[in-house]
Amino acid sequence: MFIAKEIQTAAYLFASILFILSLGGLSSQESAKRGVYYGIIGMIVAIIATVLGQEVSGHIYIIAAISVASVIGLLLARKVEMTSMPQLVAILHSFVGLAAVLVGFGSYLDPETQALHGAAHMIHLVEVFIGIFIGAITLTGSIIAWGKLDGKVPSKPWSFKGLQTMNLLLLSACIILGVFFCKAEGTGGMLYLGIMTAIASFIGVVLVMAIGGGDMPVVVSMLNSYSGWAASAAGFMLGNDLLIVTGALVGSSGAILSMHMCHAMNRSFFSVIFASGSGNGSGGEKKAIEGEVTSLNHEEVSVLLKEARSVVIVPGYGMAVAKAQYPIYDMVQTLRKAGKNVRFAIHPVAGRLPGHMNVLLAEANVPYDIVMEMDEINDDMPNTDVVMVIGANDVVNPSAQDDPASSIYGMPVIEAWKAEKVIIMKRSMSAGYSGEDNPLFYKPNSEMLYGDAKASVEKIMSFLKV
Amino acid sequence: MKVGIPSEISPNELRVAATPKTVKRLQKQGFEVYIQHNAGVKANFSDKDFEEAGAKIVSTPAEIYGQSDIVLKVKEPSMEEVNLMKEGLVMLSYLWPAQNQELLQKLADKKVNAIAMDAIPRISRAQKMDVLSSMANIAGYRAVIEGSYHFGRFLNGQITAAGKVEPAKVLVIGAGVAGLAALGAANSLGAIVRAFDTRKEVAEQIQSMGGEFLTVEIEEDGATSSGYSKEMSKEFIEAEMKLFFEQAKEVDIVITTAQIPGRPAPKLWLDYHVAAMKPGSVIVDLAASSGGNCVETRNGEVYTTPNGVTIVGKLNQLPSQASQLYGNNLCHLLDDMGKAEKWKIDMEDAVVSRAMVTHNGKINWPPAPLPVSPTAGGAVKAVPPTAEEVKISDAEKAKKETTSMFIRLAVVGALLFFVGKFAPAEFIQHFTVFVLAVFVGWQLIANVAHSLHTPLMAVTNAISGIIVVGGLLQTTDDLSNPMTILAFIAILVASINIVGGFVVTHRMLKMFKK
Repeated sequence: MFIAKEIQTAAYLFASILFILSLGGLSSQESAKRGVYYGIIGMIVAIIATVLGQEVSGHIYIIAAISVASVIGLLLARKVEMTSMPQLVAILHSFVGLAAVLVGFGSYLDPETQALHGAAHMIHLVEVFIGIFIGAITLTGSIIAWGKLDGKVPSKPWSFKGLQTMNLLLLSACIILGVFFCKAEGTGGMLYLGIMTAIASFIGVVLVMAIGGGDMPVVVSMLNSYSGWAASAAGFMLGNDLLIVTGALVGSSGAILSMHMCHAMNRSFFSVIFASGSGNGSGGEKKAIEGEVTSLNHEEVSVLLKEARSVVIVPGYGMAVAKAQYPIYDMVQTLRKAGKNVRFAIHPVAGRLPGHMNVLLAEANVPYDIVMEMDEINDDMPNTDVVMVIGANDVVNPSAQDDPASSIYGMPVIEAWKAEKVIIMKRSMSAGYSGEDNPLFYKPNSEMLYGDAKASVEKIMSFLKV
Repeated sequence: MKVGIPSEISPNELRVAATPKTVKRLQKQGFEVYIQHNAGVKANFSDKDFEEAGAKIVSTPAEIYGQSDIVLKVKEPSMEEVNLMKEGLVMLSYLWPAQNQELLQKLADKKVNAIAMDAIPRISRAQKMDVLSSMANIAGYRAVIEGSYHFGRFLNGQITAAGKVEPAKVLVIGAGVAGLAALGAANSLGAIVRAFDTRKEVAEQIQSMGGEFLTVEIEEDGATSSGYSKEMSKEFIEAEMKLFFEQAKEVDIVITTAQIPGRPAPKLWLDYHVAAMKPGSVIVDLAASSGGNCVETRNGEVYTTPNGVTIVGKLNQLPSQASQLYGNNLCHLLDDMGKAEKWKIDMEDAVVSRAMVTHNGKINWPPAPLPVSPTAGGAVKAVPPTAEEVKISDAEKAKKETTSMFIRLAVVGALLFFVGKFAPAEFIQHFTVFVLAVFVGWQLIANVAHSLHTPLMAVTNAISGIIVVGGLLQTTDDLSNPMTILAFIAILVASINIVGGFVVTHRMLKMFKK
């Protein structure tokens, strides 16, 4: 059973609309689930329309591949813990990159496309080249991102002086290879294509290696964008509008998401992606930090919480690492039952994935109407009795507002220090990902509570219940 | 090191220099704590409480002054108490060094190192040890409570079945710590609150506490570098008096807090102000002990004038609360001086050198001045551009933007022209679709909530698995064809991505709930 080309095109149009609705649906909590269903239907329509098309053969293999993959995908997605969501997303991106590379090579080998002539042939070769280039960067970049998020690769930025120059040289090498590749007859350009793939893979590794753990949300969303562009490039080489449209949707939405996040960190997109130094520090003398770090024990913290009327919790990556979201919500419920106003304040770049904290809190059943964004809660800070900073650091660093020499100067932050009392739960006095010392710890109204976030919260709970 | 806390001998002093909580803190700092029998009784702390907190009870003041290395006190010591002190003792208490020259001399002769808690400089770092602030906070709160007690009406406005109640009007004179605390307390009781201060810089603080800032229309700022107000010119005072007279006819409760260290309190509320007030109104004079801001205040008394105005000249100090805060201030200072382990009298230190009024037998008073006020000596503000300049720069900017926009459009147009000239028709068609899709994607995501970023990314990730279509188109029936192998793997990984992406997104979204 085959369908006509026209019907296939109509089905593709339908699928494209569904994808657009899907992305649009994801922009609010209420319509998000519907968005996912649109996406799933769109995907099914697209696959069926393609498989039923006249050009497709080898259905057995297709069915085999899709069934095996579905089982693997299901298992992966079911098993993954919410705290390791960033890793999963990163590794999935690498799959798209890999597929793009494979499709690129396949298209180059395709006897049909070799029959093309003149400008059409040239354009096709360029498309193949670019598609593989982007795909290879996405592939290795995502693997490194996964490694960093999973702790398999050190999350500290790895960089050296000539990094930018080297990247530029590699890029020019790719362009030169591209010229040779386009001039080669038949499949004679295979060698150039292979070398270019290796170089692009290497660029992907270096690019992500140079980016620190704190900037990971941007990197992941950027790789997401790349995977879209790779799909789009594949669409060009295959002359398939659905691929082009969908790829472009994903690519541009990923790009704008990255830019949103850079904006939230007050960094330029390029300074994050090319790891060109960090931020806007104007150099000059850093402000000396005045004051002394004081600490409390769990019992004293529980007393403070009992006496407080309004409590704000600022979670960070430390909460994710300690998997403390469940005990934290237990504590929040206890406090709320006692009539206190308890809310969460989420910084746009808290965690290692955009929206990471929201997902973790949702996992622990925290209702989303007590989870506030930074801008919603900053005005309330002066009227807050106790702020608990749990495993966050840079997002509550006052240097961002008052120390022009700081590398995070100008980044919007949660103004925890304006509250009556700040309790900072932390494993040690080490600096955050930006490597900046945090004057908040030295303020007279802030107290440290050392230890693992989960254990600490549980201990506080035991005192709260007494 | 031993820290001793004697009982306060003055019958009017209800506070004590340590509470069970601060005793615990002192021990944490490495001190041994000795406290005189019944020292905390007036502040509702029993010997038992102190013992449980780890302090040792001592029966006589002689033991305290003779054995301790550091003595914590509230009120300045009497001559008899000084006689009990040993050489080299460090004593922390109120001292009022400006008024008590004789006492200072006596302390210096005994070679006592005395720290006057009331002489802690008012700088940011020392705020945590500033007893004047912590005590003024209590006084301000209490002033409103006392005032409201004597006022005998609601402070807040109410509309009840029995009729309408007008809200009371409270005027606070002097917006220092006590004044601001009074503002806050009166405001939260529902009164209409106004405050007067000669320092313009406090207007914002007054407004932040919910008060209305009253001022006189004369350009003169009362701020000084010491953090206190200075005395104002004659014209200013005349205008001020006139303002007060207008207010006197209207307000129900007046709380005065104006004090100048080392000098009698300024007289701000004169006889004709009192006379102008409504019967039943109340004046709470927080400066009563230094002479009173109101001419008719009687220190230590509550007194009603013939026209029915109650003037409160004494205040309950909330001894338990006050002791706690005072004790905390002392702990912070000891903390700063190195705790027990690294104890050091550092005369280079900005706080210690000013508060240590006698050191090694010498009187160290008055100290060198120290500028503190938030604006005094502060940063030079950049001159804001005038409206005209802003206009011009805006116009220039707009012009520049227009030109750069034209240049950009021209470049884009030229590029598109070349694409159209050389590329085949099919490519142009694909390209059109591509560019439009980019714009759609851009617009779609512009307004996504931060909390949905992760699900959004997972879903876009799943959708980018559309690359599976590429693999589908390339499979052939011939398994020996390398293209089929490539396509097979491509379909496999892309499908994992699709299924994994959608399932995980769904899982995430299921968790979000209101």
